[in-house]
Amino acid sequence: MADGSLQPILARTPVRIEASRLLRTLRPLRRWTLRGGPAVADAIQAAFGVAAPRTACRSAVNEDGSRAALWLGPDEWLLLAEDDGAQPGDPEAALRQVLAALPHSLVDVSHRQVALEVSGSDSALLLNSGGCPLDLDPEAFPVGMCTRTVLAKAEIILWRTQPGTFHVEVWRSFAAYVSAWLAEATRGLTE
Amino acid sequence: MLLINCPWCGERPEPEFVHGGQAHVARPTDPSATDAQQWAEFLYLRDNTRGVYAERWRHSHGCGRFFNALRDTTTDHFIATYKAGEPRPAPEAAR
Repeated sequence: MADGSLQPILARTPVRIEASRLLRTLRPLRRWTLRGGPAVADAIQAAFGVAAPRTACRSAVNEDGSRAALWLGPDEWLLLAEDDGAQPGDPEAALRQVLAALPHSLVDVSHRQVALEVSGSDSALLLNSGGCPLDLDPEAFPVGMCTRTVLAKAEIILWRTQPGTFHVEVWRSFAAYVSAWLAEATRGLTE
Repeated sequence: MLLINCPWCGERPEPEFVHGGQAHVARPTDPSATDAQQWAEFLYLRDNTRGVYAERWRHSHGCGRFFNALRDTTTDHFIATYKAGEPRPAPEAAR
């Protein structure tokens, strides 16, 4: 559904993120911004496979890893789903059904963002030297933690999926800037 | 880097936040009965405190919430932060 390819954007920038062993773009995802109260957070379990986490800055992932709900605020979550070509189990229709009786907002933002992945033993160092001011020590930012934050002058959503792997959601129009900035930062890291 | 304790997210770096002006400025409950002078004071007049000051902050590059903070304007030290709607804590108790 969503074409999250960075190629058209990166064609206009001299830095190619494919040049780095630490950075790669992720496959297109389907994304929704969900807003509502605690009842909304629990209700989506039936339709989406995971309940929206109620703990600050934490994520929930289903068993096969194809769907995730990320806490962004006390009444705001980002829902991510693998792009399965809108099969009969299309999560949006099911979500709208279970949420129909609850006050909520569900907006498809699949095309708004692209996903990058920063991985490797130096990934936290790279993000920090690339302009992210958060403490990314595993004690302060454990696996499963997610948050909106800043990277240099762009806003990103940072999600630690594995000890050395970060999922970075960035708005499409900032993707060239963020990827170029990170690619530049990798040049300071020793191989 | 200056760390600000967001009541929702915990201690976070200052670039994620936006300052929102003086806190606890109450809107007149009956605007139609408020004269121009009172209305202008509500809209434009703010304290310029030297010392402990209650102000609004927004975790704009985080959870997006407004909250209130007690900050010492002479040292830039954040004495306490608390959720919007909660009463202002006594500075001594918050230390």
